[in-house]
Amino acid sequence: MSALVKLADVSKRYAGAQALHSTNLSIERGKTTLLIGPSGCGKSTLLRLMIGLIAPDSGTIAFNDLTITPTNIDSLRRRIGYVIQEGGLFPHLTARANVLLMARYLGKSQEEMQSRLMELCELTRFSDTLLSRYPVELSGGQRQRVSLMRALMLSPELLLLDEPLGALDPLVRASLQKDLKEIFARLQQTVLFVTHDLGEAIYFGDEIVLMNEGRIVQKGSASDLREKPAEPFVSEFINAQRGVVLT
Amino acid sequence: MLVGRDRRARRALPLCWLALLFVMFLAAVISASANPIIIGSKKFTESYVLGEIAKRTLNDAVIPAEHRQGMGGTIILWQALQGGQIDAYPEYTGTIAQEILKTNRQLSLNEIGDALARFGVGMTKPLGFNNTYALVMRRSEAQRLGLRTISDLRKHPELKIGLTHEFLDRQDGWRPLRERYGLPQRNVIGIDHALGYAALANGSIDVKDAYSTDAKIAENDLVTLEDDLGFFPKYEAVFLFRLSMRPDAIAALRRLEGTLDEKRMIRLNLEAERTKNYTRAANLYFEDGAKSTDTMGESFPQKLARWTLRHLQLAGFSLLLSVLFGIPLGILASRGGPIGQSILGFASVVQTIPSLALLALLVPLPFFGISVRTAITALFLYGLLPIVRNTASGLQDIPRSLRESAIALGLSPIIRLWQIYLPMASRSILSGIKTSAVINIGTATLAALIGAGGLGEPILSGLNLNDHVTILEGAIPAALLALLVQWLFDLLDRVLIPKGLRI
Repeated sequence: MSALVKLADVSKRYAGAQALHSTNLSIERGKTTLLIGPSGCGKSTLLRLMIGLIAPDSGTIAFNDLTITPTNIDSLRRRIGYVIQEGGLFPHLTARANVLLMARYLGKSQEEMQSRLMELCELTRFSDTLLSRYPVELSGGQRQRVSLMRALMLSPELLLLDEPLGALDPLVRASLQKDLKEIFARLQQTVLFVTHDLGEAIYFGDEIVLMNEGRIVQKGSASDLREKPAEPFVSEFINAQRGVVLT
Repeated sequence: MLVGRDRRARRALPLCWLALLFVMFLAAVISASANPIIIGSKKFTESYVLGEIAKRTLNDAVIPAEHRQGMGGTIILWQALQGGQIDAYPEYTGTIAQEILKTNRQLSLNEIGDALARFGVGMTKPLGFNNTYALVMRRSEAQRLGLRTISDLRKHPELKIGLTHEFLDRQDGWRPLRERYGLPQRNVIGIDHALGYAALANGSIDVKDAYSTDAKIAENDLVTLEDDLGFFPKYEAVFLFRLSMRPDAIAALRRLEGTLDEKRMIRLNLEAERTKNYTRAANLYFEDGAKSTDTMGESFPQKLARWTLRHLQLAGFSLLLSVLFGIPLGILASRGGPIGQSILGFASVVQTIPSLALLALLVPLPFFGISVRTAITALFLYGLLPIVRNTASGLQDIPRSLRESAIALGLSPIIRLWQIYLPMASRSILSGIKTSAVINIGTATLAALIGAGGLGEPILSGLNLNDHVTILEGAIPAALLALLVQWLFDLLDRVLIPKGLRI
C-alpha cells in the first residue's frame, strides 16, 4: 500500500530547543500508526505539523503526494479529522452543533447531515437524545465520543488523535479503547494516534513509532520493539512500562 | 425539535445586531426633527428668560425653535453664534462694545451694528430696558432723606456704602463714579452681592451697587438712584442673530424690539427666581392684557420626559459608537504586538482625562464647538476603554486548545472569529458594554455644560440658583436611569450569552 502522508527531512525548532530533528516518516493507508514516547519527545509537534498548526523549519510534508502549503492547508484540513485530549468541543455549541459545524459551513443539505449524524451516533455508541446537550452537560467519555463524531463527520482520509483518552478514568478509557479499535477496523481508517502509554500503543498499533528527544528511535511492531531494540533507550522505555503490559 | 434548540444558539449574534439597530433608531430621532432655530442663553436668570421669550415668539410664528439654556459666558455664546451652533442669543450693548468689539469708547447703536455686520451677525434694536449698574437704597430711607439721583448723595456724606468687589475694581466702577459726581462718602466697604442685600435690609449699609433689572430690587423694596450725569455705559438688551438666519425668524425677533421696559423685566426675573420656571416667567411677557390661562409652561412630567429622552439619545448614540469602534479595536488589541499595545494605551489615556477637561478640550476644535456632537464624541471616547479591554481579554482568555481545534477543523478566519471566538468572549464583551453604558449615563449629565441638554440641565440650573430641589430633579432620574440600564443589561446577558456558557 502507498503512503497517505509523507514527511521528508522535516525539522522544527522552538526558541532555544530543537523540538524535531530532521525526520522522515510515512503513514500507511488503512493502518493505525501509534506515536509513542516520553513527554517532550516531539510526538505532538509531529502531529501539529501535519495539521498545519505549526510550519516546519525545513523539509516538506505531502498529503496524498500533494505538498502542504499555506494556500492549500484549509482544504486539506477538511480531509483530516483531529481529536485532542480535552476533546476541544466549543462550549457555546451543543453536541449536535459541534459535530455539524464544518458540514454547515460547507453548505451540506439537512438530510445529508442528519443521516450522517445518525450513522455516527450508532458508530460511536452515542445516544442521539444527548445531542442537544452542551459540552458541560456531558461526561468526559461522552465528550470524547462527540469529538470523534466531529472529526469523522466529513469522512476524513486521515484521523489524528492526540492523547484522546489521556484524561479519562480507567473504566471509561477501557470501553472507549475497545470501541475505537472496532471503529477503525470497520472504517478501514488511516489513523495516527499519539499516546505516552505503551499498553495503549500495543493494543492499537499496527505499527509503533517510538520517539525520543526529537528523533524517531525505532519503527515497527510491538514484538520488533521488544525483541530487536534499535538502541538501549527502546528497552529502557519498554521495561519502565512493563508493569502495565499484560499481553 | 432538537434542531430548533441549536438554531437558537446561532441566532444569538443577529440578536446582538437587533439591539444595535434599536440604539441606531434612538440616534435617528435626534436628526429627525427638521433644523430648528437654536437660541442660546448665558448662565444667569435674565438671559434664560429672554431665551425662553425668543423661543416662544418663534414658535408662535410657526418657526421650530430650541432653547439651549445657560451655555456659559459671552465668549462661548459669541463663538457659538459665529460657528453656527446657535442662531441667536440675548446680549447687552455695553458687553458687545467692551468684550466683543474690545473698545472702551461709547459706541452708538449704528456703529455697533456696522461692526457686527462684518462678522455676519445682525442686532435687533434695544428690547426696551437697560441692564446697567445702578446704585440702590431702601425706599423708606430714600424718601426720608429726599434722595432721587446719584447727585443727591453729595448732600449726605454720612451714608455707608457697600459695594461688590467687582464694582470696586471696574474701570467703569466706583472710583471714576466718585470722581465724576464728587461724592464725599468715606465709609465704603467691599461686600458680596447677595450678602449686600441682607446688609442693606438690616441697615449695616445704606447704599449698594446692583444690576438695574435685578429682581432683588423689587423683592427688597429698594429704589434705584437715577444716573443723572449719564456716567454708566448703556447695557441695553438686544438679540444678536446670524444674518443668514431665515428672514421670517429675524422678523419675529424684531417684533420684540422696544417691548420690555425695566419694570417688566424686573417682574419677569422675579417670577423666574420665585418659581424656578423660566418658561412660566417668559409666558408672563405674552400675557399682559390677554387672559391666557396657560401660565404653567411645560409641566414637570413633560420636562422630565424631554430631559430623559435627550439623555438617552446622548448616552445611547455614544454607546453605539463605542460598540461599533470598541469591538473591532478590541479584536485588533487581542492580537498583541505594538498595534495592540498602542490601542489599549490610547484607550487608557483617554480614560484618565477628567470628563470636564475632555469636553473643554473638544470645544475649541473646528468640527466640534458647543454642540450635541461634542458631547457625544466625548462620551464615545469615554466608553471606548471598557469595551476594548473586555473584548481583548475575552478573546485572549479562550484556551489555546479550542483555538487550535477551530483552526484544525478548516474554518476560515472570519467564521472562526464570528462563530467561535466572539460568542465565547460574549460574556466579557457584554460586561464591558454594560460598564460603558453605566459610565455614559452618569457622564452625560455633564453634557448640559455645553448646552447639549439631558438630565444635567436641571442639575446645572439648580446649581446656578442654589436650589436643591431642582438639582434633585435631574440627579435622581439620572441615578435611576443608570440602575435601569444596569438591570436591562443583566437581562440582555441571558439573551445574548450562549446557553452553553451560562450552565
